[in-house]
Amino acid sequence: MTYLPGMEKLEDSDILDKVVSAMNAYDADSYTAADVERALAHDLCTDEDFGALLSPAAAPYLEQIARKAQQEKLKHFGNTVLMFTPLYISNYCENYCVYCGFNCHNNINRRKLDFKEVEEEMEAIAKTGLEEVLILTGESREASDVRYIGEACRIAKKYFRYIGLEVYPVNSDEYKYLHECGADCVTVFQETYDSNMYERFHVEGHKRIYPYRVNAQERALKGGMRGVGFGALLGLADFRKDAFATGIHANLIQKKYPQAEISFSCPRLRPIVNNDKINPRDVHERELLQIVCAYRIYMPFAGITISTRERAEFRDNLVKIAATKISAGVSTGIGSHSDKVDNAGDDQFIISDGRSVDEVFKALEAEGLQPVMNDYIYV
Amino acid sequence: MTTDNKDDKLVIAGHEFNSRFILGSGKYSVNLIKAAVEQAGAEIVTMAVRRANSGTENILDYIPDNVTLMPNTSGARDAREAVRIARLAREMGCGDFVKIEIMRDSKYLMPDNLETVKATEILADEGFIVMPYIYPDLYTARDLVESGAAAVMPLAAPIGSNKGLSTKDFIQMLISEIDLPVIVDAGLGRPSQACEAMEMGADAVMCNTGIASAKDVSLMAKAFGEAVRAGREAYLAGPGRVLESGADPSSPLTGFISE
Repeated sequence: MTYLPGMEKLEDSDILDKVVSAMNAYDADSYTAADVERALAHDLCTDEDFGALLSPAAAPYLEQIARKAQQEKLKHFGNTVLMFTPLYISNYCENYCVYCGFNCHNNINRRKLDFKEVEEEMEAIAKTGLEEVLILTGESREASDVRYIGEACRIAKKYFRYIGLEVYPVNSDEYKYLHECGADCVTVFQETYDSNMYERFHVEGHKRIYPYRVNAQERALKGGMRGVGFGALLGLADFRKDAFATGIHANLIQKKYPQAEISFSCPRLRPIVNNDKINPRDVHERELLQIVCAYRIYMPFAGITISTRERAEFRDNLVKIAATKISAGVSTGIGSHSDKVDNAGDDQFIISDGRSVDEVFKALEAEGLQPVMNDYIYV
Repeated sequence: MTTDNKDDKLVIAGHEFNSRFILGSGKYSVNLIKAAVEQAGAEIVTMAVRRANSGTENILDYIPDNVTLMPNTSGARDAREAVRIARLAREMGCGDFVKIEIMRDSKYLMPDNLETVKATEILADEGFIVMPYIYPDLYTARDLVESGAAAVMPLAAPIGSNKGLSTKDFIQMLISEIDLPVIVDAGLGRPSQACEAMEMGADAVMCNTGIASAKDVSLMAKAFGEAVRAGREAYLAGPGRVLESGADPSSPLTGFISE
């Protein structure tokens, strides 16, 4: 996993080593019911408590865990739920990630929006009332270079108050440029923290360089971004170890950069175009709920996003308990929001919750929650 | 003797308020704000500029006209950002009151006292009525007086914790030494805790989560309002002495003095 030319190294950072050694030392089966009960009784959740909450021993305590998670959510977020939508602007990709619909060997309709189309898509999204957008691309530095993404951010500033990015990892000076263009949050899914499995699933492309990806959040913060998002793709490898590593990673970053706003995503594997067999294996809704609640209790102040990979009822319940952010009006294809964009590009994965912004808004209100379009200011 | 306290006003930079309860609005459903204001009898409501900075849902629409709005600078990580947010609040028509909140830690959301003093100095110079949210520290509070603050707002406990007066001794120092209104902010989860702060001599208290997370928001707002009034009256009444331990010695130590 040698760095490719041009990839910035963070020589002074020991976060990767610490995450890997914590993950390697984590033995989910070693925890007992007493460990779980202790974790539930603590005011502040330690790394050990977090490990216990993620363990099989915690499964019978799911109801108590959910109740504690809900208390923490209420303390830190009240009944608010932020709404946003992802906007995919290009699905070209140079990586071969075997589980992803955008992978470079998957025969799909490739598409990259020009700036006029980006604006039309954003205009259509803004009309739904959303004020936060997450800009996504496939991982191609060639088809969707940093300038292209930066320009999309500049356009987004006209229509949205908060702009997040979920694009290929870049160097800190490039994050600085993207921040100046208006983006203020960077999410990079590590997929799996198990470096052997990581190499097996990421067969070709720059994404194979595991340490460059792990250090992305730190580079984003050095580049001036306010928020960083973390996520393992649950179902790819040992999900308990991956969830544990994700939490430890986020916690170490927050310790080193106390001002950073931390968020988690909790994606599970989904079927893709040309492969409907892909599934999250042993991560069922029960396990997913346990993981999300463990994140909430471990880092009660962190944002947690729940994806349209999950069905509507599950999402609506999760925002009552532990999640703080929900997407709506989602398409993972290219050019699907505006009627003006022809020949849409294919989707990254197949979603489970296709409700519009209005439908999700009303569903949240019906649950006694408060949908919030913006709680952010760019300074 | 009874004390008539109808002239007992909270005065901040020359503005008079009958109520000594300040409501935070951050964690409410907006449609509950009005009910909470009315039930608690609040005359000042704080509001995050970053929340008000929304095109579709304008929180300002839910705050009754007769209530003084106190925008806060939450989201600011240093003095420079707080100043920018305060100026934006003024441009939005939120008036001259501003509550300075500067946090450089997303975990505990502890206020950065040093940056808060810097921001206070700049904004007071620009004519803002500056209400700084601080960790209760005597030196910081004195610096804030020098910087032109209109009040000091020390935290009772970590924000959102509902733990009550964890910093009681340090708040007491501010009440004793600082000639500005001392408004206890953050961490008050129960009306009894708000009452205790007022009995100590705090000039006002502020609460958000303690009410917003109650099952019945309106009723909890009412309970806070009454607790604050009770605590104030107890303070004005001059509480009877509470003995720390044991009884008064029957033979006074000073009984030998004969002239």
